[in-house]
Amino acid sequence: MIHIIDYGLGNVQAFLTMYKRLGFETTRARQSSDLNGAKKIILPGVGSFDNAIKLLNESGMQSTLSSLVLDDKIPVLGICVGMQILASRSDEGVLDGLGWIPGSVNAFNNNLNSTDFPLPHMGWNEVHSCAEHPLFVGLEKNAKFYFLHSYYFECELNSNNAATSYYGIKFSSAVSSRNVYGVQFHPEKSHTFGAQLLKNFAEL
Amino acid sequence: MLRPRIIPCLLIHKGGLVKTVNFKNPKYVGDPINAVKIFNEKEADELIVLDIDASVNNSEPNYRLISNLANECRMPISYGGGIKTAAQARKIISLGVEKIAISSAAIENSALITEIAEEIGRQSVVVVLDVKKRLFNRGYDVWINNAKYNTKHCVIELSRQLEELGAGEVVFNSIDLDGKMEGYDLLLAAQVRQSLGVPITILGGAGCLNDIEALLSCCGLVGAAAGSLFVFKGSYRAVLINYPSMSRRDELIGKVFCD
Repeated sequence: MIHIIDYGLGNVQAFLTMYKRLGFETTRARQSSDLNGAKKIILPGVGSFDNAIKLLNESGMQSTLSSLVLDDKIPVLGICVGMQILASRSDEGVLDGLGWIPGSVNAFNNNLNSTDFPLPHMGWNEVHSCAEHPLFVGLEKNAKFYFLHSYYFECELNSNNAATSYYGIKFSSAVSSRNVYGVQFHPEKSHTFGAQLLKNFAEL
Repeated sequence: MLRPRIIPCLLIHKGGLVKTVNFKNPKYVGDPINAVKIFNEKEADELIVLDIDASVNNSEPNYRLISNLANECRMPISYGGGIKTAAQARKIISLGVEKIAISSAAIENSALITEIAEEIGRQSVVVVLDVKKRLFNRGYDVWINNAKYNTKHCVIELSRQLEELGAGEVVFNSIDLDGKMEGYDLLLAAQVRQSLGVPITILGGAGCLNDIEALLSCCGLVGAAAGSLFVFKGSYRAVLINYPSMSRRDELIGKVFCD
């Protein structure tokens, strides 16, 4: 059973629909007790960093989620802002992130000329996975995913980079550390590439 | 490399999918859900869906239709029509839509864009500007209410203001070229591309893939949206939902960006 965290942010329905099509059982988790027995967890997110952290705190699920991820080592996949809040901090806000993957979330606009690289970074871009990463089985070549963001994850440890993409600069489009995974793009809206990645996560 | 987006734009009128010419004479071309299923199979880059009745009738967005569309859609979707508050925008995002599009409401009440951007993040706020050439080629005016009312705002100035206020993408929709299938207004495209720092999408006029190629050659990384091109086939405008295959798109993009 894959639990999709519903804390009022992000496209929970798209994950439920996609996994149903792929033949995996899912459930929507709205409160702490809904997380009982979770074997895989998806943490979606749309919007701003502080708002995501705030809503996750208010949902009452954060402590259960932390214990499942940090103590029980249940695999978790953060998507978009759900990935960014895995970091320790962000240029976009003042609140602390979850800090499950050491790193910071930085603004693209400090580094890019907006005439050549309009922001947000919006559309299909190539994702180059690091060698034999389990999330990217079958996606080693020409994998493209849909991006929609203005901030990017910078890992403290190079070993936490699972995949990189290029938009004016090279940035981490996927991160991982043991059972914690995050992707900046939207696999739930990335056709067969996204379906393959979500299937890989379900089969970890 | 980030790829330019090739985007079917679907118009909803009385619950059905329609295509207009110069914003008039909506012709019924099919069922919206069925069209989305076909674009799923074709692996389209993303979709724009605009309910052309909601603002004119001053009605609420049709949440049931939006939910059904979002549920079916396996690519990102921008939805516009009847959105006047940040709460409505948030509700639509929660139904599974990536971006919300606002037009008349954003121009009449520019604070709305900032409010919505704060609520859902600016990356999900799309402004659609319906534009028409001024007489004697003196720039372009922005029109609202399905091209019935001229705001007399200059498209460049207005789009810059809206960007400043929190728009994350601006779609420029040519009233003059809507449904004509004779090519994009490249002059308009080049001007707006230069003046904004957010992604832009050009809509109106595409009649064949060469028109998209011409737009990308002229402007680089922009969204190329089209209505008629993806719902009609041939000179008799027979209804046939179509979209270039991934390899055809690779070829087109390769030709423009790698030569």
